[in-house]
Amino acid sequence: MDDSASNSQALVPTLDGHVERRPKNTPAGVLLMVLKWMARAVVLVVMVDVVRILVTSKTIEWGTVAHYLTFGAILAGALTTLELTVAGMAIGIGIGVVLALMRLSPSTVMNAAASAYLWFFRGTPLLVQIIFLYNLASFIQRITVGIPFGGPTFFSWNTNSLITVTSAAVLALGLNQGAYMCEIVRAGILSVDEGQMEASLALGMTRRRAMRRIILPQAMPVVIPPTGNNAIALLKDSSLVSVISMKELLYQAQLIYSAQFNTIPLLVVVCIWYLAMTTVASVGQYYLERHFDRGSTRTPPPRFRTRFGRNLTSILRPGARMGSASDVAAAAQAGQRSGLGS
Amino acid sequence: MSAHSATEQPLLRLCGIHKRFGDNHVLRGVDLELAAREVVCLIGPSGSGKTTLLRCVNHLEVPTEGRAILQGELLGQYTRRGRLVSLPPRELAAQRAAIGMVFQHFNLFDHKTALENVTEAPIQVAGMSKHEARAIAGRLLESVGLAEKAHAYPRQLSGGQKQRVAIARALAMSPKLMLFDEPTSALDPEIVGEVLDVMRKLAHEGMTMLVATHEMTFARDVADRVVFMDGGVIVEQGPPSQVLTAPSHERTKRFLARLL
Repeated sequence: MDDSASNSQALVPTLDGHVERRPKNTPAGVLLMVLKWMARAVVLVVMVDVVRILVTSKTIEWGTVAHYLTFGAILAGALTTLELTVAGMAIGIGIGVVLALMRLSPSTVMNAAASAYLWFFRGTPLLVQIIFLYNLASFIQRITVGIPFGGPTFFSWNTNSLITVTSAAVLALGLNQGAYMCEIVRAGILSVDEGQMEASLALGMTRRRAMRRIILPQAMPVVIPPTGNNAIALLKDSSLVSVISMKELLYQAQLIYSAQFNTIPLLVVVCIWYLAMTTVASVGQYYLERHFDRGSTRTPPPRFRTRFGRNLTSILRPGARMGSASDVAAAAQAGQRSGLGS
Repeated sequence: MSAHSATEQPLLRLCGIHKRFGDNHVLRGVDLELAAREVVCLIGPSGSGKTTLLRCVNHLEVPTEGRAILQGELLGQYTRRGRLVSLPPRELAAQRAAIGMVFQHFNLFDHKTALENVTEAPIQVAGMSKHEARAIAGRLLESVGLAEKAHAYPRQLSGGQKQRVAIARALAMSPKLMLFDEPTSALDPEIVGEVLDVMRKLAHEGMTMLVATHEMTFARDVADRVVFMDGGVIVEQGPPSQVLTAPSHERTKRFLARLL
């Protein structure tokens, strides 16, 4: 920094060879640099303080946290949360694929039906949908399968016996997820070149077979990343079904702390479990993405650990990427490739 | 026309094909016959309807009017109570399986290897055993000079190699007729030859081919008949020596003059 301060107008060769004058230590540049270091200092202090609170807080009671972290009811709750997520995603993906095909079909009826579904399930809160579905019995007494308008009935159920806490929770999460999956699958299908369908048809495949064998597999690289995000979101949103007393992770914790009044330690336990599950899910998503990337890029993306490691390095060592005076100037030059000044 | 004398019934017959896209009248009544083992090249300016005509043969486009008949069998339609209606998808698919098609942009299945591209339809559509399909695909890839690329994905192949795999893929269904939709138009000039060589070989083996192309040398050397299209109609047709060197029609002359 000292030597760059001495020659206030450094001549720096750029990529295309010409030499240009860069304002190095103008007052504005120095001010920007000072502000950046101040910002870093503030963030660092806040981070240290957060850690200090976490470690020394009397209300967290780390002993209690450790005790309940592997408590039977909590483990059962975490397992239920996972089951809800898997079941919700399975239903969601199924519904999503069907809805996407309906939205892409030339039929106006199919299209309108799918659009109405999306309109409702994306336009109302998941929490409301969960409570609504749980109370379905007071809205629709019997669910029947048969020919409508007075035709014969094949199956008939009492809604009350059909809608239990579990089925309402799973269905609500799945139906809601289906609306979001529809758009993801649709975008994936649209990302596949039309020529793929034409080539399939010309070879004598039916549209359905072409969709299953040729189009959908190629839509996967586009579908997987947002689906992973949705699965992680669903994992967290599944806590909403605690309102209909579904015994998932949050509800189990609530049962304990409402009796023992150790609210904060149990919420910490809940957070730790959610973090553990979402972290594992992120790693899983990474490998899934890599698997389905086959055929779309020449070189496979770096292994998760390398990528994660690099992110970690840049978090821990902010100076590794910026911090020299010339970088401040480089940052000021919009459109320039980085790394020129250092 | 001279090629017709050899056989009694044409392999493919197109009668009065019209195609409209909204207000755009792309094909305005095309009649064309192909004898078995005949190679016909469709030439003409862009937008003259060559591609649309090919796509009408295997009903990738449904003709607005007219019919396509392959070996006496009406394609894509059947008569119900005196009216022509579309065939159910499954039966249309079966008809398409007998017609190979090669596209300008290859349209290889990008998630499958060259070999899997070739075996896909024989296994899935024709119900062939994997073992048998692989053997046939191996032979076909060898015949287009790509035996060593069997396990390469399309992205690892050059344009010319992709197109040769696409030809092998179409041949795997043992088609009665091959449609080529400007098969070399998307290729770099220096690799056009490798694709044309494969097509030449195919023609010598007696495949019936309908080829939309801008390759006049290929048309002159390989085609039994050249059909010049302009404005959605056939302007003139005949042996290449006649149409390409001594065209009788003014529009053909102008088109060829611009090209050479």
